[in-house]
Amino acid sequence: MRNTRRLRRKVASALALAAVGVTAAACSSSASSSSGGTTSTSTSASSSAQAGSGTIKKGLLVYFIPKDTQNPYEVIADNGGKKALAELGGKVVVSSGTADTAAAQIPSIQAAIQAHANAIVIAGNDPSALCPSLNQAARAGIKIVSFDSDVTCGSSPDHLFINQANTQQIGESEVSLLAAEIGSKGQIAILSAAASATNQNAWIVYMKQELAKYPNMKLVSTVYGNDDPATSLQVLQGLLSAYPNLRGIISPTTVGISAAAQYLDTHKNLLSHLTLTGLGLPSLMRKYVEDGTVAKFELWDPGNLGYLAGYAAASLASGLASLTPGSSFKAGTLGSYTVLASTTGVGPSVVLGPPTVFDKANINNYHF
Amino acid sequence: MTTATSALGTRFARGGALLRAREVGIGVVLLLVFGVTTLHNHNFATANSVQQLLSGAALIAMLGVGETLVIVTRNVDLSVGSIVGLSAYVVGDLFKDHPGTPVILGFVVGIAIGAVIGAINGFVTAALRVPSLVVTLAMLYIIRGIDGLIVNGVIITSSNIPNAFIAIGFRTIAGIPWLAIIAFAVVVIVAYAMRSFRSGRDLYAIGSNPEAAALAGVPVARRVFTAFVISGSLAGLAGALFLALHAEVDVTGGTGYELLVVAAVVVGGVAIFGGSGTVVGAALGALLLNTINQALVASRVSAFWNEAIAGALLLLAIAFDRWLSLRVARGLRSAEGAHRDL
Amino acid sequence: MTSEPATQAPRKREYAGTDTSRLPVWQRALRWETGLVVVLVATLIFGTVRSSDFLNSTTGFYIGLNMGEIAIMALPLMLIVITAEIDLSVASMLGLSGAVMGQLHSQGWPIGLAMVAALVVGALGGALNGVLVARLGLPSIAVTIGTLTLFRGLAEIVLGARTITDFPAWITNIGVVPVPGTQLSYSTVIFLVLAIIFGVVLHATRAGRAIVATGLAPEAAQFAGIRVNRVKFGLFVLSGVMCALAGILFTLKNASVSYDAGTGLELNVVAIVLFGGVSIFGGRGTVIGVVLSVVIFGTLQQVLTQMQVQPEVQNIIIGGLLLVSVVLPNGGEAVRRLRARLRTGPHLARAPGTQRPARAVSSSDSGMKPEEKK
Repeated sequence: MRNTRRLRRKVASALALAAVGVTAAACSSSASSSSGGTTSTSTSASSSAQAGSGTIKKGLLVYFIPKDTQNPYEVIADNGGKKALAELGGKVVVSSGTADTAAAQIPSIQAAIQAHANAIVIAGNDPSALCPSLNQAARAGIKIVSFDSDVTCGSSPDHLFINQANTQQIGESEVSLLAAEIGSKGQIAILSAAASATNQNAWIVYMKQELAKYPNMKLVSTVYGNDDPATSLQVLQGLLSAYPNLRGIISPTTVGISAAAQYLDTHKNLLSHLTLTGLGLPSLMRKYVEDGTVAKFELWDPGNLGYLAGYAAASLASGLASLTPGSSFKAGTLGSYTVLASTTGVGPSVVLGPPTVFDKANINNYHF
Repeated sequence: MTTATSALGTRFARGGALLRAREVGIGVVLLLVFGVTTLHNHNFATANSVQQLLSGAALIAMLGVGETLVIVTRNVDLSVGSIVGLSAYVVGDLFKDHPGTPVILGFVVGIAIGAVIGAINGFVTAALRVPSLVVTLAMLYIIRGIDGLIVNGVIITSSNIPNAFIAIGFRTIAGIPWLAIIAFAVVVIVAYAMRSFRSGRDLYAIGSNPEAAALAGVPVARRVFTAFVISGSLAGLAGALFLALHAEVDVTGGTGYELLVVAAVVVGGVAIFGGSGTVVGAALGALLLNTINQALVASRVSAFWNEAIAGALLLLAIAFDRWLSLRVARGLRSAEGAHRDL
Repeated sequence: MTSEPATQAPRKREYAGTDTSRLPVWQRALRWETGLVVVLVATLIFGTVRSSDFLNSTTGFYIGLNMGEIAIMALPLMLIVITAEIDLSVASMLGLSGAVMGQLHSQGWPIGLAMVAALVVGALGGALNGVLVARLGLPSIAVTIGTLTLFRGLAEIVLGARTITDFPAWITNIGVVPVPGTQLSYSTVIFLVLAIIFGVVLHATRAGRAIVATGLAPEAAQFAGIRVNRVKFGLFVLSGVMCALAGILFTLKNASVSYDAGTGLELNVVAIVLFGGVSIFGGRGTVIGVVLSVVIFGTLQQVLTQMQVQPEVQNIIIGGLLLVSVVLPNGGEAVRRLRARLRTGPHLARAPGTQRPARAVSSSDSGMKPEEKK
């Protein structure tokens, strides 16, 4: 009895495993013509055409892949992209995950490949983990544009980075903004987002460079709030507890600065010796500027960033733009933009424009 | 006979004292950590810092109270974090869309949302006899998804929330934050109910030996259901307070809280197998974990070490808990042995 | 109380060898797997209806690429859950081993040696879990929450805020090209090979039966000569090593690693194992079920993402599937019990001792076994 059961069990498991094996083999034998496991349909004009005159192709499909589907800054940017493609008779699909990881974005890149998209506009959660998948997309003929947070893939794949503002300028202006407010003297700290975020780290490099010009200001700590209000509050409190003589905080992330501002708003006694600045959305910061908690902060219109990215993607896909430095393309109502040459660690890029400094005088002019 | 039973009685009393000593033990460790850190960094003992310690632990302590009820009955509730997130957002949305809403209604809505989800958890676990680990894990996914759909990229900011509501997040009375007072009240009420009400003691019976409890006439399904409803309601309340504390909420509200709560509860001496542990212990566990976290930061230990230290401490707490319960069991067994000799 | 009422709910633990009138375990288990096959076929049909070239090899490649590491972690977790324990530290070990490999390689170690080091780290981490759970008898859910935090913390200490990216190109190709001659990713092939090994061991060897016995009836197994503690210890070490392997593949596939690699994946792995028909009470589960569950989850994710279904809705679907997968079998019994109660009348139900009351809920509902008396 036991032996029969054992035999039956062995046969059943062998059969079942064979079934799996057969299915797997079937999957592998129904190979398409390409060897690299990618569909090699080329849907757009040649990739390195010189920028020429002509019109944007109609019916372009552009995949916007933000850091996650809920980040308010990214949502505004994606809407800008949708507006751009709507003007051009194309279509935008926004696809990403819920966690701010590269692993959550990879299925979206794959979906773009499967859908034969013309271009991908991506804000990278990780500088390099997305490169293999983006490379596959590029080999399938999809144009790659990065925005907000760049990907560092070298030339695999070639891609255009839509920078919200000149990286160096952001870093430097953050520091000089704070220095002006605290008299260029004292301990300061940085409240950042995720430790691996490309844009954050790029700005921090320039911040540190600029700090060298202010010998009486010292960066004592950088803490990471992960773009999460609760974590940002927690690391902020830790900061204040560890450095009671802190004079200034720079928070170059919209979630971080509003969390910090909220805390200072309810603990106004801290404002006597602590100044906060950074990058923030006017809609989130308005209350704090009006009641004096924060004097100045800066940003740019994320909608314009997405709009520009949309136009860049469409232009690349239509052969009207290229990655050659010095070439230019039109971006609808924003005007014409020129491609800048590569620098260390950053490929060809386009800069949206200088950041805007918001303060009590002008904050009500902005509605994003 | 009498000498044996009185010996047994003394052993029981001593066993009980040992268990009660657990809470005292946590308190001692708490004071130790606080003291050592203050020596390092005097700023740790300022009023502001202590207030932060209390309000930072308040939410997890409240969740810990609810989780204790569930764990005592040999279940687990992994959906508390997502309930906090959903409740916080819905309450915020309520204030945003209907600016004149009274503050108390916000709390009622938050608790109601938590109660509904807790009821679903409780029903599926108690009536349908599904393992609570699976149920609450599934609900975690589902509620996060629903939360994401409702949030839809729109962040609730402090300008959407009435000032009176936000005030609860940071105001103090006689130097004690409102959050801490509310958490304290919750702990006291539930602790009293657990000790003094039949239904409270029933939970311990269910966790110790479910078959025996059922045979003794304990309405097991009803008690377990109630435990989940309370856990959910407290999570809903914690969600509303989350909104008050942060004055801002998006889709990330409450993420990761479920593991924090289980850790706090375990550190607080609640046996994961059910049947023992108190809500006071759980609340103290939450306070201890938060204090250690803040202490590490205040001592300028690199932030990158925090998590590893937290993990190591949790393992130590579990091991210590086990050692303690083995000692108690041994003590009780030798008392029984003495009884049997006669 | 001599005769059990005919309508009494069946015992929770299925002692398949003792009750000859029942179907043998494998046949009953196979019914769950049949259900999974149906779900899989339905998903594939659904995908094909939405997009005509869904069933091409690229889709298969992507599914394998995305799920490979998760699938590899699910195999040892399945065994651990069969012994009525759980290991929540799987994703953190993935991150830690990847971090160790990356750090060592960036310091000049040859990649092969770095991989070996990562596997050793996995074994050590698994041994820690094993000692705490099997030797000291601590509850595995609490211990592995602790080690989840500890391993992630160690990864943070190793890497800090850095991302390591310089891995040799020839090996990071596994993230881009399939195994030559097939359209499957490297991680998929490794998973399939491992699945076959695990399947044979679990279903057709003494070791496998020892594992099942450990979960089904630990005291009886102990008396029958099975070293229950050693079995559990070995499984946790195995889990550590396999998660380290998954970590190596994950890192190389992405050609980069940072300390938060794989954060949050543990819940996915647990959901996949449970959906695969492995009982949280222990003692039941098949490799086929887990394989099918992996394929279903991967396919669903591909289909839904291609259909532009929001990730939030995908989460709801996953949670819903998980819930349905446990409610259905238990729900049937609950209805049966309710009908029995109604039939015998409510007045009898209230008197304790005269009628066997409804089965106590929560006796092992959370899947956590009561501590064994040593």
